[in-house]
Amino acid sequence: MAAKAPTFAQRINKGLRRVPPWLIYVIGFAWMGWEFWRALSAIGPYAVEPINVLEREYGLRALQLLVAGLVVTPLMRWTRVSLIRFRRAIGLMAFYFVLAHFAVFVLLDLGGFFDPGYALAQVWTETIKRPYITVGMAALVLLIPLALTSNDWAMRRMRQGWKQMHRLVYVIVPLAGVHFLWLAKGFQIEPILYLVGTALLLALRVDWRGLMERKSPNKAA
Amino acid sequence: AAGLGLGPSMAAAQETLEPNSLEEITSYNNFYEFGTGKQDPERYADEMVIEPWSITVDGLVDNPGEYSLAELLGDLTPEERIYRFRCVEAWSMVVPWQGVELADILTRLGVQDEARYVAFETVVQPENMPGVRRGVLDFPYVEGLRLDEAMHPLTLLATGLYDQPMPKQNGAPIRLVVPWKYGFKSIKSIVRISLTAEEPPATWNRLNPREYGFYSNVNPNVDHPRWSQATERVIGGGLFAQRQPTQMFNGYDEVASLYEGMDLQAQF
Repeated sequence: MAAKAPTFAQRINKGLRRVPPWLIYVIGFAWMGWEFWRALSAIGPYAVEPINVLEREYGLRALQLLVAGLVVTPLMRWTRVSLIRFRRAIGLMAFYFVLAHFAVFVLLDLGGFFDPGYALAQVWTETIKRPYITVGMAALVLLIPLALTSNDWAMRRMRQGWKQMHRLVYVIVPLAGVHFLWLAKGFQIEPILYLVGTALLLALRVDWRGLMERKSPNKAA
Repeated sequence: AAGLGLGPSMAAAQETLEPNSLEEITSYNNFYEFGTGKQDPERYADEMVIEPWSITVDGLVDNPGEYSLAELLGDLTPEERIYRFRCVEAWSMVVPWQGVELADILTRLGVQDEARYVAFETVVQPENMPGVRRGVLDFPYVEGLRLDEAMHPLTLLATGLYDQPMPKQNGAPIRLVVPWKYGFKSIKSIVRISLTAEEPPATWNRLNPREYGFYSNVNPNVDHPRWSQATERVIGGGLFAQRQPTQMFNGYDEVASLYEGMDLQAQF
């Protein structure tokens, strides 16, 4: 099996090379527009209360893409399948869904479409007053610098600093997961699964053996 | 109902209570026995067995026992009541219920002098209820009212809406309707009515007393810790519906006297 695995991964990687990363933007924005159109036309799940459903739809897609971004590195390490070419598009598309989620919150949910002044004041008070919104806003704000530097130019300019800064996702994804969990009423399994998944994906990045080896001599001394 | 979303004055809204459509009322529900999604009740409630239906009446009553739906109602004839329905999640609907006043039922059951509260319990059918199997809440769902609240003429035991038997997702075959309280107080699919001297437990209150008080009167001045209760979205206004101000007691001012001398900020 060990001898077979690389060829299998290589075959997948070869196929993936023919897929252009911009396809993620095409699919992402088409999906976003399609859902907006369905909400506007009151179709399916949007038939009765479209605002809340659209808000959750965009938020959930953002969270899924954020978690998907965390899959890339462990997947490469464990299976040699490389999605690295798609990671920037995955991350940016997550950011665009976060923006859409926020736009629905401010423009439609809080009524900023009609009364921007009231809505913006409300965003501020809600952010301070409601911990789940505080956490969500923190995730959104932290994503901004990452989105702004998700380009070749910034990567070249920032060198090692870029990598360090983009480790912020290790904080952002759990924040987004907590934001989801916190708004649930009663015991709901879905937000918990996202948080557990995030925790596992982050745990895979930790060099546990290295940590143990570094720690044990200290303990002895 | 589209006009309601544009924020008419409150007095006007009260006079021109226009019911939401049957589709809106039956496809946007909270009935956690069937799942936490708003469409889960419509999707799964069909499985619930409502025939035969038996309601246990016990506690401080003269006529305890097991009642069928027909026995419980006796010669009372359900009448139509069009009420505003305000969910704790800050949305609202207008529903044309058919029901009888709970007071009439309680009088027939014979409330004893020591009784101070009425407790209710929802049916549990694990094999037919995915939410029960998943343990979303501590089932059976229970709720309660103070006796004077239960005896108020606005309080209904509803058996239908839109001139048809109660749809299963709305709490067939019989449910409580207390229009000045958040919707979760209006317990669905009732299988037990108990008269008690002590304040009975209420499911959401037991789960999180900071967020859901025993009284849970609609009150724009007491926020739910996780969201504001000052405004609500009237269902049916579409993607560009604006919130409208929430009214004290959901606009049913006639119940204010029940709470005289109570601090409704503390006893929310």
